[in-house]
Amino acid sequence: MAFEPLLTRNIHKENPASIATYMASGGYQGLARVLKEFTPEAFVEEVKNSGLRGRGGAGFPCGVKWGFLPKGLDKPRYLCVNADESEPGTFKDRLLIEKDPHLVLEGIIASAYAIRCNQAFFYIRGEFHGPCRTFERAVEEARAKGFLGKNILGSGFDLDLIVYRGAGAYICGEETALLESLEGKRGLPRIKPPFPALIGLYGCPTIINNVETLANVTLIAERGATWYAGIGRPKNTGPKLFCLSGHVKRPGVFEAPLGIPLLELIHEHAGGMMHPDRPLKAAVPGGSSMKILPAANCDVLMDFDSLAAAGTSLGSAGGFVMDTSVCIVDALLNLARFYAHESCGQCTPCREGTGWFVKILTRLENGDGQPGDIDLLAEVASRVEGNTICPFGEAIAWPVQSYVAAFRDEFEAHVTQSTCPLGAAAGRS
Amino acid sequence: MSLPVRPETDRQIDALLTRFPRKGSALLPALYLIQGEKGHIPEAAMEYVAGKIGVSPAFVMGVVTFYTMFRRAPIGRHHIQVCMTLPCALRGAGGVMKHLEKRLGIRRGQTTPDGRITLSAVECLGTCDTAPMCQINEDDHGHLDAKTVDAILERLQ
Repeated sequence: MAFEPLLTRNIHKENPASIATYMASGGYQGLARVLKEFTPEAFVEEVKNSGLRGRGGAGFPCGVKWGFLPKGLDKPRYLCVNADESEPGTFKDRLLIEKDPHLVLEGIIASAYAIRCNQAFFYIRGEFHGPCRTFERAVEEARAKGFLGKNILGSGFDLDLIVYRGAGAYICGEETALLESLEGKRGLPRIKPPFPALIGLYGCPTIINNVETLANVTLIAERGATWYAGIGRPKNTGPKLFCLSGHVKRPGVFEAPLGIPLLELIHEHAGGMMHPDRPLKAAVPGGSSMKILPAANCDVLMDFDSLAAAGTSLGSAGGFVMDTSVCIVDALLNLARFYAHESCGQCTPCREGTGWFVKILTRLENGDGQPGDIDLLAEVASRVEGNTICPFGEAIAWPVQSYVAAFRDEFEAHVTQSTCPLGAAAGRS
Repeated sequence: MSLPVRPETDRQIDALLTRFPRKGSALLPALYLIQGEKGHIPEAAMEYVAGKIGVSPAFVMGVVTFYTMFRRAPIGRHHIQVCMTLPCALRGAGGVMKHLEKRLGIRRGQTTPDGRITLSAVECLGTCDTAPMCQINEDDHGHLDAKTVDAILERLQ
């Protein structure tokens, strides 16, 4: 049976972002059902039973996360929506925000009800000017219809939502950096524990969920956990937005059940390789922080557990593809520059390590590499990994380790030939 | 002493102070208001907003310098920001940047002498499906090549 689009069902309609379009196809009926038929605790259970795992990168079960909120604490609870989509290769949340903001908003309201929160924040990356305006318009529409504000749909539940713009910092996609930023500070990640569920925004219990995760909550509100859990694969349930960019014919966001083969995404959904005479060299399945798969290892299923078994991760599903024209050292140098620029500077291994990677990779790519440089890359990566406050350390250590491991010969050739064999250094700007 | 911002901006910042559960959260939106009025965030405005929120000017400076979108100096009327991160680089961001540098006669990080255009190299803007791409002020322009870049430059006054 063909897969029915769920998260992308509205995006090709006329005026897809308007509340009229959204409500014409049953929008906000899921919320009405939740408010009428579920206690907050029962809806937390429903989301647990759906198996929904977070779509931001870590894949943590959403309902379980909600369950970490302390009971009987006399403090406000906050829901912070992570719309700081910044992982290179990832542009799925943007699609939802621009084309179907009410699908996200309905999930936010149902989730806030479930966790007994009356104040939610939508933290959106500053560079998303257009999507931010679209979302703010959607919030006003929802307020006018009584889906936000006091006594929503006569349920007695109140919710206010503030849209908050980031200002250009990759690190603010890390949940505790996001909280710092939302408090008006530099986005320096916090040491965990305490986890935000206990001590989060303004020191209060806080849940941070990704945009796509919350859009999935809308689906569960509409059609229930049992139906939802039937999509995808065991422990990897539900529909998923997969981004694919780089050397494919049709880059884009593709919706499919979790567990779709990577090669099917590349060759069918994205139309195959961009140049017919340049085959696949490697793919990164989950955003730039995730480990690379050389072509021979690309026969994998795109879900949390299958990719973990293959030695990489689904991450934010921001996949990108490289063909045989790519110099892998040059590609890694590009990423090293990104991470060096975006390191918040708080932890020495990350701040200094990213600089080391840029230096070593620059000399390798320019043909000035020394024997031992390749081992030095791996050595520095091992000193960064696991030694930082937040997962940024892994986000650069994993690419370095995996690019070197999978393409060691190519790194060696840069040293032995004292030049980039593919001439990428000359072509780079 | 006169205000370093227009009275209207001052009123908007006052409104922000009560919008959030804590005053501190008003800082980023207040800085956006200041930059919206002045095009950048001068030091006098940092001191002013620090006083409003109840933090030190050094704290505000720390925030301004942490986030790439806050500017401490004026820039050109059109800010062309070219994404250089890997998904864009794979599809020719380097060539797009070189073409812009040649056409504008400036290097990345510089402004044309007439103050019309500032050219910047930036990291991933989350639009990799349209790579290579750039953002000009608040608008995204994707699928760039020499021809589309030339057409865009024609339109920038």
